[in-house]
Amino acid sequence: MRFFIRRGIFYVITAWAAVTINFFLPRMMPGDPITSLLVKYQGQISPDAIQSLRVLFGLDTQDSLWTQYIDYWGQLFRGDLGISFTFFPVPVNQVLSSSLPWTLGLVGIATILSVLIGTAVGMIIGWRRGTKADAVLPVATFFSAVPYFWFGLIAILLFAVTWKIFPAAKGYQPGLIPGWNWEFISSVMYHGTLPALTIVISSVAGWILGMRNMMVTVGSEDYVTVAQAKGLKERTVMVGYAARNAVLPQVSSFALALGFIVGGTLVMEMVFSYPGIGYVLFQAIGAKDYPLMQGSFLVITLSILVMNMLADVVYAFLDPRTRQEG
Amino acid sequence: MTATTNYEVPPESNPAGSLPGAPRSKRARVGGTQFLFLRNAKALSGLVILGLFTLIAIIGPWIAPYDPDAFSPDIVQPPSWAHLMGTTHLGQDVFSQVLVGTRYVMVVGFISGIVATILAVIVGVTAGYLGGFSDEVLSLTSNIFLVIPALPLIIIIAGQIDDAGMLIIAAVISLTAWAWGARVLRAQTMSHRRRDYVEAARANGESTPRIILAEILPNLTAIIASSFVGTVTFAVLTQVTLAFIGVTSINDWSWGTILYWAQSNQALIRGAWWWFVPAGLAIAALGVALALVNFGIDEFVNPRLRSTGKYAKALRKRGVRARVGFTPVDLGTKSERHAREQAAEATAASAVIIKEDSK
Amino acid sequence: MTATGNTTTSNTTATPVGGSAENIAAAMNTGDPILEIKNLTVEYGFGDDPTRVLDEVSLTLNRGEVLGLAGESGCGKSTLAYGATRLLPPPGVIKGGQVLFHDRDGTTTDILKLNDSDLRAARWRDFAIVFQGAMNSLNPVHRVGSQLQDAIFAHQSKTSKKVARDRAVYLLEMVGINADRLNAYPHQLSGGMRQRVMIAMALALEPQLLIMDEPTTALDVVMQRQILEEITDLRDRMGFSVIFITHDVSLLVEVADRIAIMYAGEIVEAADARDAYRFPRHPYTKGLLNSFPPLRGPRRELTGIPGSPPDMSKLPQGCRFAERCPFVMDRCRVEDPVLAKTAFGRTEPARLVACHLHDGAASQVPESLAMQANT
Repeated sequence: MRFFIRRGIFYVITAWAAVTINFFLPRMMPGDPITSLLVKYQGQISPDAIQSLRVLFGLDTQDSLWTQYIDYWGQLFRGDLGISFTFFPVPVNQVLSSSLPWTLGLVGIATILSVLIGTAVGMIIGWRRGTKADAVLPVATFFSAVPYFWFGLIAILLFAVTWKIFPAAKGYQPGLIPGWNWEFISSVMYHGTLPALTIVISSVAGWILGMRNMMVTVGSEDYVTVAQAKGLKERTVMVGYAARNAVLPQVSSFALALGFIVGGTLVMEMVFSYPGIGYVLFQAIGAKDYPLMQGSFLVITLSILVMNMLADVVYAFLDPRTRQEG
Repeated sequence: MTATTNYEVPPESNPAGSLPGAPRSKRARVGGTQFLFLRNAKALSGLVILGLFTLIAIIGPWIAPYDPDAFSPDIVQPPSWAHLMGTTHLGQDVFSQVLVGTRYVMVVGFISGIVATILAVIVGVTAGYLGGFSDEVLSLTSNIFLVIPALPLIIIIAGQIDDAGMLIIAAVISLTAWAWGARVLRAQTMSHRRRDYVEAARANGESTPRIILAEILPNLTAIIASSFVGTVTFAVLTQVTLAFIGVTSINDWSWGTILYWAQSNQALIRGAWWWFVPAGLAIAALGVALALVNFGIDEFVNPRLRSTGKYAKALRKRGVRARVGFTPVDLGTKSERHAREQAAEATAASAVIIKEDSK
Repeated sequence: MTATGNTTTSNTTATPVGGSAENIAAAMNTGDPILEIKNLTVEYGFGDDPTRVLDEVSLTLNRGEVLGLAGESGCGKSTLAYGATRLLPPPGVIKGGQVLFHDRDGTTTDILKLNDSDLRAARWRDFAIVFQGAMNSLNPVHRVGSQLQDAIFAHQSKTSKKVARDRAVYLLEMVGINADRLNAYPHQLSGGMRQRVMIAMALALEPQLLIMDEPTTALDVVMQRQILEEITDLRDRMGFSVIFITHDVSLLVEVADRIAIMYAGEIVEAADARDAYRFPRHPYTKGLLNSFPPLRGPRRELTGIPGSPPDMSKLPQGCRFAERCPFVMDRCRVEDPVLAKTAFGRTEPARLVACHLHDGAASQVPESLAMQANT
């Protein structure tokens, strides 16, 4: 229990840190792009919207930094992240709430597949050291050295341009109306295959290598030798004794890996024009849409924190030593 | 995801645990063993490739056949003798762009690596050695930077700066990359701090800075090196990604910029594979070289991971495989066994003779 | 081969018999051996220059006997036991020898020649190992009960869950652990309890042979005594044979029938436990015993042995103990002595010693190594 409390406090502090970074960044950077945008859209923005932007970015205000900070938090708690200039006049929170599910779906499915496949393959390779299975390692190394998005480009080139099997862009067939019908859902699955596949292929290598190293390390622990001495079946020892322990550091490193996977997915969305937060962020960068950029950062960070919490729950479930003491 | 070496469990000084194992190794002998590292085939090939890239980074602009910015009438041409890697939508030579772009990639990569590693060493070793409140604070800071996603953070920082140049990008990357190394070094330092040789040094009255610098740090060189290599890999991948999405300045040529232009000009739809394949392969080659060096370091630190040697190969050929719980029985080839059996019989025979004699 | 050195002496009254495995076995054998290790050779290292840690070592264990295997750390006693059962971790390689297991029903198998599935079947059922009860010997993520039962299920797959559970409870209670610990995790147990769990686990299938690897080393003295008593008690009840490995020779006197002393990968002395303790015949044994204070009797000066064991990768020619031996002769530095009968051969046929001091007349043996029961 104390384990969860400690982690919970940590996540709260991290969330606070992310928000604070978001607060200080525009106030530290030279120049003031917001004001010029405000001028450009003058007359089209409501006074409320202007006020919210003022609070977010500290525009022409006489208030002390501390007052601004308080106002900032207050506004965030109301869910107001400002107006997006890319999708003017849609508010940022609306842009994000419609694109977040797409990203979560893509990241979720791709990560689960990647972890399951990578851990299983890594377990087998790590256990059967010195056999032909080792040949997978150089291949996995190569794959882990390539940026995700490059794989995406190759995938599009091969499977969408050269051999027109999958669509090259978008989340679903343009023109279809989103709804819970088979036509829409199948279109989503069809469009999502290539992005998901690419993410899985590029990230699985890291899991394979990590699990393999841990299997080799755990394999020399005494309890594995004891298990062999007891005459247990090969599979029992490999899975129940070795893998079951080797997977623990993998779960805790999952949290670290998550940032990387999410980053890679965001870029992948840019390559495929997939309607998730990554693509939104990409468009925001091009338009220098700071409200949207900062809003995206916040939402992405908070989502990662939630996923970390889930990983912690899984870890506590797997390792009885954490459930006990302080 | 890049391959991470799991150093959560610090390697013990006796690799075989409590069971009988090979003779224990003492604390790191820095002198003779570093050359052992260089003899590792993986590390060596990795270093060679790195050296090649460093060379190109230095002399790239001079050996490039064309000015990478120069236009030409040969638009979007596939590779030919005139243009080894084809041309862009403005007739620019892709090969020259790759050569010239190497410098940016290597410079940003290595500067980020150095700065981030220095930060990691300072924070990690201090936290690990001092413990207590300072440790709590430093650990909290590094954990925060670990959990906050690197790429989005870098994007919003760099995105607010107009025309971000090499050094700014390196600085921003270092800001997010130091945390992982700090965590690993903290765990290692804590493990070493409890060992006998450190206690002995403290009992001798050695000052804290001296203990850290002269006693603990040499034992951490392998981990620091591995952390450095990992950070450089991260920096290379990140900066390429940043260039690709248009965050960094497009005035400097780098592999990422090539990909940016390729993507913005529908290279894919045009089927102009030569525009983005070479840059990607270059990134992969650099990444593989760094990974090889890291494997070499891994095998050096953790002897269990080694599998080299002529004898090991001979065993594998005979189908004798090392497995935990099934010690290989290598009775030798038929002739070796025969010779041994004969020698044993001879001794038994002579022993019987002696026994007879003495009666 | 080290056995050839004996051909030079031939006209003395008590001549040591050559050190081949057959003769060692003959000397140690009481007629009903359960385990015969013959000429076991073990090397460490998959590189090009492996270290030979055991060179043609032979040992016999008789049925129902407790054989103590003693020596300093690194002398090879654990290597001998784990090598014989093929449990040496990499980079260990068995380069030669036989390990004959004589089953109750009369069959004999060479453990080194068994294929994987036969070896798995034989393990734990015929011979089991009690590992040191360190934190690491038990799987940290499985409950104690399930670790007791998985061996049962692996060898007797048709066992019902209830039967296996009852047996696990029985085993725990046999070693003095309350049945409510069945669902505990290893990290919730104390060191003494973990060691008992290791013992209970080893007895799960009632093996004929038990190898105990330093079962009391990590425990305090009080716990040590309890565990030793329990082991003796269990041995009396269940009748298994034991190889008891330890560096604490004084323990062995209480628990072992015979003792074999190892040094630098070789057996240097093998004898009845009480005889070895009171009348050592090898200089190393004497030095070893002098390093432990006696629990009873007059206070004795602790001497220890100056120097340290040799580096196994750079073994000297000749006797491996020569550098530290107070009775060293020129011959010792040239010829490695073989395990053979003592200079008092006819009066103590079951004793073996590897020392040139015993390679001549009984009168030439130094006084401290020549004590007898009636003097």
